[in-house]
Amino acid sequence: MATRKPSDGSSRSASGTPARAANPHAPAGVRDAVIVGGNRIPFSRAGRKYADASNQEMFTAALEGLVARFGLQGERIGEVVGGAVLKHSRDFNLIRESVLGSSLSPQTPAFDLQQACATGLEAAITVANKIRLGQIESGIAGGTDTVSDAPVAVSEGLRRALLDASHAKTLQARLKAFAKVRPSDLKPLTPATDEPRTGLSMGEHQAITTARWGISRAAQDEVALASHQHLAAAWDAGFFDDLVTPFRGLTRDDNLRADTSTEKLAKLKPVFGRGLAEPAEPTMTAGNSTPLTDGASTVLLASAAWAAERDLPVLARLVDAETAAVDFVHGHDGLLMAPVHAVPRLLARNGLALDDFDFFEIHEAFASTVLTTLAAWEDADYCKAELGLDAPLGSVDRERLNVNGSSLAAGHPFAATGGRILATAAKLVAAKAAETGKPARALISICAAGGLGATAVVESV
Amino acid sequence: MTDSYTKAVNSGFTKTLAKKLGLPRPAILRRFRAGDPLTVGPVLVVADDASMGDADTLAKELLGWGLDVRRQPTDDTRWGAVLLVLTETKRPTDVSSAVLATGSVLRRLATNGRVVTLSRAAADGDAPALAAARNGVDGFLRSLAKELRAGATGNGIVLTDGVAVNGTSVLATLRFFLSARSAYVDGQLLPVGPADADLPADWDRPLAGKVAVVTGAARGIGAAIAKTLARDGATVVCVDVPAAGEGLARTANAVGGTALQLDVTADDAGRRILEHARTRHGSLDVVVHNAGILRDKLLANMKPAQWDSVVAVNLEAQLRINEQLLGSGVEGLRIVSLASTSGIAGNKGQTNYGFSKAGVIGHTRATAPWAAAHGGTANAVAPGFIETEMTASIPFATREVARRLNSLQQGGRPADVAEAIVFLASPASAGVNGQVLRVCGQNLVGR
Repeated sequence: MATRKPSDGSSRSASGTPARAANPHAPAGVRDAVIVGGNRIPFSRAGRKYADASNQEMFTAALEGLVARFGLQGERIGEVVGGAVLKHSRDFNLIRESVLGSSLSPQTPAFDLQQACATGLEAAITVANKIRLGQIESGIAGGTDTVSDAPVAVSEGLRRALLDASHAKTLQARLKAFAKVRPSDLKPLTPATDEPRTGLSMGEHQAITTARWGISRAAQDEVALASHQHLAAAWDAGFFDDLVTPFRGLTRDDNLRADTSTEKLAKLKPVFGRGLAEPAEPTMTAGNSTPLTDGASTVLLASAAWAAERDLPVLARLVDAETAAVDFVHGHDGLLMAPVHAVPRLLARNGLALDDFDFFEIHEAFASTVLTTLAAWEDADYCKAELGLDAPLGSVDRERLNVNGSSLAAGHPFAATGGRILATAAKLVAAKAAETGKPARALISICAAGGLGATAVVESV
Repeated sequence: MTDSYTKAVNSGFTKTLAKKLGLPRPAILRRFRAGDPLTVGPVLVVADDASMGDADTLAKELLGWGLDVRRQPTDDTRWGAVLLVLTETKRPTDVSSAVLATGSVLRRLATNGRVVTLSRAAADGDAPALAAARNGVDGFLRSLAKELRAGATGNGIVLTDGVAVNGTSVLATLRFFLSARSAYVDGQLLPVGPADADLPADWDRPLAGKVAVVTGAARGIGAAIAKTLARDGATVVCVDVPAAGEGLARTANAVGGTALQLDVTADDAGRRILEHARTRHGSLDVVVHNAGILRDKLLANMKPAQWDSVVAVNLEAQLRINEQLLGSGVEGLRIVSLASTSGIAGNKGQTNYGFSKAGVIGHTRATAPWAAAHGGTANAVAPGFIETEMTASIPFATREVARRLNSLQQGGRPADVAEAIVFLASPASAGVNGQVLRVCGQNLVGR
């Protein structure tokens, strides 16, 4: 029979006791969190199709597509967790408001979370942990970001004056408050993603790292080209048919250039690192850096029992995760090198090596981020001095890297990238396991502003 | 999508004006709403002498439905429906009194009233006089339907293969024709045979517990079909091409179903539909082939892509999906395909579309015995002018002419097509197989 009652999102499995996790390295009393599937809207370059779409509209659309795909209308989900990096102050309950505008049960709790570009993955880690502990049976993780509809703030001087005026009790006091406003205070403040402690943009930070590791322009363009080619092939093969729901007439990621080439990429002028001291040459272009993008993504996670009760498919397990941070302010590590530190710790805890993975999903903030990450893991000195390893962590098989493209081609709406990557990785390992009859594994690595990084292991079930 | 003319001639000053000027005044059709009475007034049951026994049987069934059933034509009421029973007629001369009794109450037939004939199909081996009487009903009903006014319709049930007058599918068809569900079905004679099926426990939820798939469900008629199937109790799998996913999600969420983004022309579309329905919902009971495209062009200007894409989506996809579903041994499958009056009467600029839709009628008839071997049916619905986004894009004058060229003088709604589909998909309609039901307000072209 098909129809089912909207269920209690927090009820335990039929047996009453959570099933033991399949992962032998999982702590006692912890069960599996499985990935049922995902849904996102196509990503769009800033100022294009989603120019006047708000974060709430985009996240609601991503949620609605997920609800439709899995028939979750009226369902009380255990928790919906997500966030946005660029956020209006009015969006203090962004995720809960999106849930209220969706077809999910209005009794579905939700909260906002933010960890820069790692927001989406951190949301999934949070949801998975609640499921693993038996606190919830189901959860949706995701994120949304719009650069097109970013908040614009007033200057500090005008803000102070407005607040003083609102606190003033007399007309005279109010006028006095406004008298302090200077013409320069009327200039609006547009959001900046520059690092607050260094004043450098992320690109300039990465340019320093790129130069330090001697990553060539050609190598970066190669990564960019592969990203576009892989993503285009995945779209053509229908890989995203059950991962993406169109929004506002956009049916594919519009940053994707299926026809780009080494020659075209080579023609672009460098945009970051132009102020670097000789002999470093600027190598980072608009082609091998991610563009500003709008979009939203969601992933449905659950206990195995919850999914089974609803006849829902299960793609993979979110096995474990590790976050890290680097001291890019006073130390000598690059801003986006935190995942380099997180992964060895994650692998050690789970008794895994790089060779144990079928897929590597390394977020392409910049082509050079991927390349410096790979180089660092192969560098004996770095691994010893910075990561405390006796030997290099190892090499990543490039044939297994971002096989269906990543952020360089798809674009990177900050908080939405984690959901995109997680759903892609889950589908990849499920397909691989079905094809080979053996378990398949993916490693996810996402760098973030503030010297942050989040990483995770996904395994077929 | 609104028919402002019909609105204008039915309200306020413009109504008075239209009356005075003698302008055609298409009626506001009564559509199904749960809880509304089945008919708009009492039902008169008349029959020729030989068919009186069948008329009594039917009158009892109607009483069981809570209807006010009468056997004498009187002029003290507004009749909701007339049921003309000619099932045992032997000679053309037999029908006279019953037919004239029907005529005597037509002036007092209520707005949105119904006339339904019940007769038997002429069959091989019939005596010439018997065949004449039976086939005569066809011409009689089609003419009568054109005389009816104010939203009233006339439809006929043609019994085949010796089915009893109170056979499950006969009663289900009778109820459909009497009800507001058949608002835009007019002038149609539907052959109905024996069925190994029961009447629904709840007439408002005949599809309770059934899993139905609708292709092209993102918008228009497909979305209406999904909503009507869900209203009548089915769990609906909504299918459309990935590019239409936004509307598809809206439909799926409105009906509490699931969205399956899938191009029906994919080689494995049928298998994927079956897998989705079975793994997610436990079974597959109904498939509605609604997905279709238009690439209108005069044949002299037709490009290969315009011809081929229409045939691929409107025809080949249905064939392949049916082969995969029936080939997988799905039991009791109800297949309903969207044909079109263009496939019956033809339409300038639509050689490709007309070919595909006439092809649908062809494969429906051919698939019917195959489906029946697995306890299922294959039928088609042929919509006439339906008010959709698609027809709204037709230039004004052409659109006005097209929408008035039928007995009801107006276009139908997507929901009207959906009602006919739900009727054919319902378990009690098992005795209707290999048929094409037109939902066209008795369009002046074609049968």
